[in-house]
Amino acid sequence: MKKLSVRRRHPLAALVVLLFALAATGGLYAAFAPAKTAQADSSSQSIAIEEGKKLYATGCSSCHGPGGQGSTDGPSLVGVGAAAVDFQVGTGRMPAQQPGAQVPKKQPIYTQAQIDQLAAYIASLGPGPGIPSKKQYDPKGGDIAAGGELFRTNCAQCHNFAGEGGALTDGKYAPSLRGVDPKHIYEAMLTGPQQMPTFPDTTMPEKAKRDIIAYVNDTTRADNPNPGGFSLGRLGPVTEGLFGWIFGLGALIATAVWVAARTAKARKS
Amino acid sequence: MSSQDTPEENLPAEPPHGTDAEIAPSDALVPDPGLPPHLPRRQDIDERAAKRSERAVAGLFTLSMLATIGFIAGFVAIDVDKIIYVWPIGHISALNFTLGCTLGIALFAIGAGAVHWARTLMSDEEVVDERHPIEAPPEVRQRVIQDFRKGAGESQFGRRKLIRNTMFGALALVPLSGVVLLRDLGPLPGDKLRHTLWAKGKLLINQNTNEPMKPSDITVGSLTFAKPDGLEETAEDFQEQIAKAALMIVRLEPEDIKDKRELEWGHEGIVAFSKICTHVGCPISLYEQQTHHVLCPCHQSTFDLADGARVIFGPAGHALPQLRISVNSDGYLEALGDFTEPVGPSFWERG
Repeated sequence: MKKLSVRRRHPLAALVVLLFALAATGGLYAAFAPAKTAQADSSSQSIAIEEGKKLYATGCSSCHGPGGQGSTDGPSLVGVGAAAVDFQVGTGRMPAQQPGAQVPKKQPIYTQAQIDQLAAYIASLGPGPGIPSKKQYDPKGGDIAAGGELFRTNCAQCHNFAGEGGALTDGKYAPSLRGVDPKHIYEAMLTGPQQMPTFPDTTMPEKAKRDIIAYVNDTTRADNPNPGGFSLGRLGPVTEGLFGWIFGLGALIATAVWVAARTAKARKS
Repeated sequence: MSSQDTPEENLPAEPPHGTDAEIAPSDALVPDPGLPPHLPRRQDIDERAAKRSERAVAGLFTLSMLATIGFIAGFVAIDVDKIIYVWPIGHISALNFTLGCTLGIALFAIGAGAVHWARTLMSDEEVVDERHPIEAPPEVRQRVIQDFRKGAGESQFGRRKLIRNTMFGALALVPLSGVVLLRDLGPLPGDKLRHTLWAKGKLLINQNTNEPMKPSDITVGSLTFAKPDGLEETAEDFQEQIAKAALMIVRLEPEDIKDKRELEWGHEGIVAFSKICTHVGCPISLYEQQTHHVLCPCHQSTFDLADGARVIFGPAGHALPQLRISVNSDGYLEALGDFTEPVGPSFWERG
């Protein structure tokens, strides 16, 4: 000990201490870092929350505030629930690329495991709707006809009767429901992302939501028949009229011009 | 009785004389080039080509006949529910596709055959047929005017003014009977436009569940549609009644509500508005929960549900009527009366 204390004022002492400190940090990190793989099999809720908190701090806190309390750039996330996180991050809407009338859907940048960790962290901030189970949103269990009725009462005004989406005010819009994961449809009804109103279980029971998902799933599937032929976006008489006037009438005019432009004379003049 | 009694305005105007000479062609500045020389078509010279054209036209007409037979056969044979895949259209009804194609071919082949016939086989020599004047010759005109004057004089129409005036009166009044009959087109609306099924004590029934609602069921940001208690979807007049009584229920934070009356007429921030746009009556429920705006899909009228459903954009004339609601002794939401103003679009006597 004496030797150490004698050399404590040595010019290189500070460097030695620094090296020791770095080695200790690195060693500790090396010891605990494999915890990442260890976490995957340990389903401990608190570890998920811890990991989610780290992901949150890097990816979300600049807009939603360091503790999820919200800022001028993003709303408070206290009490939005795991379902909201799973929807927003799972559809790629969050993290948002840029401010605007509406945050569009894009390729998600987090894995489902990371999304679950984020959701666990946000859920720990305040009670909110949880991620639904497969049983709740599985379209197989739904009544398509009843779902159609419910869809036309509650959803069709914005999302169009065939789920094709539509415009709202000031550049906002209701997105198309084509190809949307049933889980995300369920979560959207439960949490009301962006301008969409919520449809809580108290006013729209779980069974009604499953029926609606069954209807959307059936109507928007790629091999859903269009008995009349071209669907033209299923937007109704506007596109159909436009198509008729432009292509139908255009073909007639083109044929008439073609017939009249060709002479039947033996010697072309 | 003399022709002098006939008022001049009853006679056709005398046309100016001597117009015939002016119409006649004078020395035109541009000489008439006449028709171009007639050039023969192949079918005019070559009988084999004409035969080919004949066969083509007959073939088109035959194709039309076959397509019509196909149309009838398809109509009989194909099941209405049968769906087939046709590239590039997709999954479509086999019956619709068959009927459309065969009818299209049947009509097109008739048209194409007729055009081909006219262009290749019918005579294509241009002929000139001079136009004759529309005007009658002067002696005929003279005679007609004379006959008219004579008839007017003999009828004593100009002399016996009593007959003339009563006849005009009778002719003018007769159409009135037709106007009166229009009244029988249907019953008058009465005060139907001013009243809906909502009344004091009527429970608000959730259209999704057919159950009454408690205030705790309705969360901030949610959107619910309600109908008056007792109105069943199977009722004969359901559509007629829901067209007026349709209600949308939203919940706002009470401090977000800018209009004092709106807050008073709601219950802890739960407010109920008519779902019928006040412009032309479209059902309107494109609710944006963050801005509290409701957009009408027909003409983009926008209402601010945080400010008494005031019109903030579009052609609507007045705010959406609000229904006064409260909670009854069992804790369910109920109406405190009918809408205080007519719902839906304005009408002449609305006031």
